[in-house]
Amino acid sequence: MNILVCIKQVPGSTNVEVDPITGVLKRDGIQSKMNPYDLYGLELGLSLIEKYGGKLEVITMGPPQAKEIVNEAICMGASGGTVLTDRRFAGADVLATAYTISQGIRKMGEFDLIICGKQTTDGDTAQVGSEVAEYLNLPNVSNVLSVEDVDESKITLSASMDEKLVEMSVKLPCLISVDGDINSPRLPSYKIKQTLTDDMIKFVSLDDFDDQNPQNYGLSGSATQVERIFPPDKNKEKITIGGDTAQQAESLFELISKLKLI
Amino acid sequence: MYNKINASDIQALKKIVGSDCCLCGSEINIDYSHDELGGIEKMPEALVRVHSTEEISAVMKHAWERNIPVTVRGSGTGLVGAAVPVCGGILLETTKMNKILELDRDNFTVTVQPGVLLMELAAFAEENDFLYPPDPGEKSATIGGNISTNAGGMRAVKYGVTRDYVRSLTVVLPNGKIETFGGKVAKNSSGYSLKDLIIGSEGTLAIICEAVLKLVPLPQVSLSLLVPFADMKSAIEAVPQIFRSKITPTAIEYMSRDTILFSESYLGKQFPDTKNDAYILLTFDGSSVSQVEEDVKKVADLCLEIGAIDVYIVDTEERKKSVWSARGAFLEAIKASTTEMDECDVVVPVNKVDEFIKYTHQLADRLGVRIPSFGHAGDGNLHVYICRDSLCDEEWETKLKQCFDLMYEKAEELGGLVSGEHGIGFAKKSYLRKQYGDTPMELMKGIKSVFDSKNILNPEKIC
Repeated sequence: MNILVCIKQVPGSTNVEVDPITGVLKRDGIQSKMNPYDLYGLELGLSLIEKYGGKLEVITMGPPQAKEIVNEAICMGASGGTVLTDRRFAGADVLATAYTISQGIRKMGEFDLIICGKQTTDGDTAQVGSEVAEYLNLPNVSNVLSVEDVDESKITLSASMDEKLVEMSVKLPCLISVDGDINSPRLPSYKIKQTLTDDMIKFVSLDDFDDQNPQNYGLSGSATQVERIFPPDKNKEKITIGGDTAQQAESLFELISKLKLI
Repeated sequence: MYNKINASDIQALKKIVGSDCCLCGSEINIDYSHDELGGIEKMPEALVRVHSTEEISAVMKHAWERNIPVTVRGSGTGLVGAAVPVCGGILLETTKMNKILELDRDNFTVTVQPGVLLMELAAFAEENDFLYPPDPGEKSATIGGNISTNAGGMRAVKYGVTRDYVRSLTVVLPNGKIETFGGKVAKNSSGYSLKDLIIGSEGTLAIICEAVLKLVPLPQVSLSLLVPFADMKSAIEAVPQIFRSKITPTAIEYMSRDTILFSESYLGKQFPDTKNDAYILLTFDGSSVSQVEEDVKKVADLCLEIGAIDVYIVDTEERKKSVWSARGAFLEAIKASTTEMDECDVVVPVNKVDEFIKYTHQLADRLGVRIPSFGHAGDGNLHVYICRDSLCDEEWETKLKQCFDLMYEKAEELGGLVSGEHGIGFAKKSYLRKQYGDTPMELMKGIKSVFDSKNILNPEKIC
């Protein structure tokens, strides 16, 4: 089977500052990494091709240096990848991003299964996967926890609906977004890193797309605009529970019941 | 002999620390009778939770006058019974003295009370762009406990051990007198180093009330490599070759597949790779990406050259967490895999690590016991666990003794010592005596009696 995994380069640290004037994340001087949620998708895809055969590629959208995470994906077992990069893609919101990625996927070829992470750690919208599926007119399942079986025409999987687990069969080709923590992503191999060659990565720009109208991409193609990004206030309130073990357990139980955590 | 604690002692102690911080009899939780490993058990007659140096001094003055033994306890994470009140008396708990008192950015020091947890100090240092390098696996240990055992940890390969980071100690002597040894100074040739005598003395000479610790600038880049090998022999044999490359990693840990699987089942979390029998985990840190990458490349190439199956890159917070959280849980995981266990914490010269590990494997086969191990391949400090599994009492006692006798004998033959970082406490006294012989033990006893002529502070420990 042919699998495509959508990945994104995000800031390497969780302590990223927001520019108070522009409301944009300060990325200068900050190391970057592959979005941690995408790693679960990549691991799922790699385990599927190990079991059922086939090949796995990745796609990302970003500046040219986003090729670093494509290389990383290759070091984990992907056969190659595509970077969608063009200044005209800059400033894209969820809608324009999903449209750009869907155009890129059309250019890459046919896939049986497209896998996305649940969300990114910098955007956090958790919408791009489903919107890509819409643009590609593919069946789509979110919050996938595991894949039970794959045959020529369908995939059988489990997905979380918060309080319920749903097991379903979905016609291929389809797009799934996987939940976090569903597996333990493998580590990149230094041995493969030594064999990386330039032809494993393709760079694709607007000029390569079927739809070359710049109004549909980047800031111009976005339906929303970010006014301000700011970190929420941190709650540093601490409660100390005293008494013997039984009393502590009782007090803790009362407290978390009151907070409706259980 | 010591006096038993009576009602007027309790009254006096309550007056010093407050009624709710002095417990006796059934008010004391059973957990205070043992440390983390268990095996050595004795309930204290009174448990006293102190809040200040002055309170410690007042408790000790009372104990000195009344000839009552006192044992100090931090978080109780020790493994050799050092914090078990084997003679009864007062158990003095320092966990309420848990304040970080000062960060001196000019002298690169932090001043702490003894009950601050290692994880709290590590996080505080990092928030302020510093590193407190000692990094023992047990992060919920107190700093007082770390100093008392001269704890080492994983970063000892590059940064050294707790002793190397203690600038000064304020202590209460057994008679209640408060003294400060050392200072915020980088050099000190002023007579005998009393500060260094306290470090590693396992609470037998004085009670640590305040410590000034050295910090280093926080390395900006850190990266680990997980290197799989076909078997433990090849993994361990790789370590001396890495050292010969003259690159000093921050940490070199070795781990077997079995230990990783115990950890997976204990944590309920998969390790990123379990396909191979043995792994070494290396960490590198430095001030720039290019410097760290250069070191990493040299060592990764070397590992592949000497037979590593691959070299996995552990470069992000998530990847480090997935690997290091498993490493951090090894002790608990092995403990959960068996009915009872005991530990040997020997330290051997770095170039003898492979020989010692191979010996423990032979011993396991010969005696028919399971002996999993993991540890600091880079500094020669090994954590070897003898697991009881389904052995009956008699078999367990015999085999455990045989294992210990033979392992300590082997360690000595290789130029090693009884304990690398857990200390002697109560459990390893006989092995220390056996290795050191009469003169060093008499010298230790002499030092003890100068500090504590009544022998009331943590009696029956070390010597």
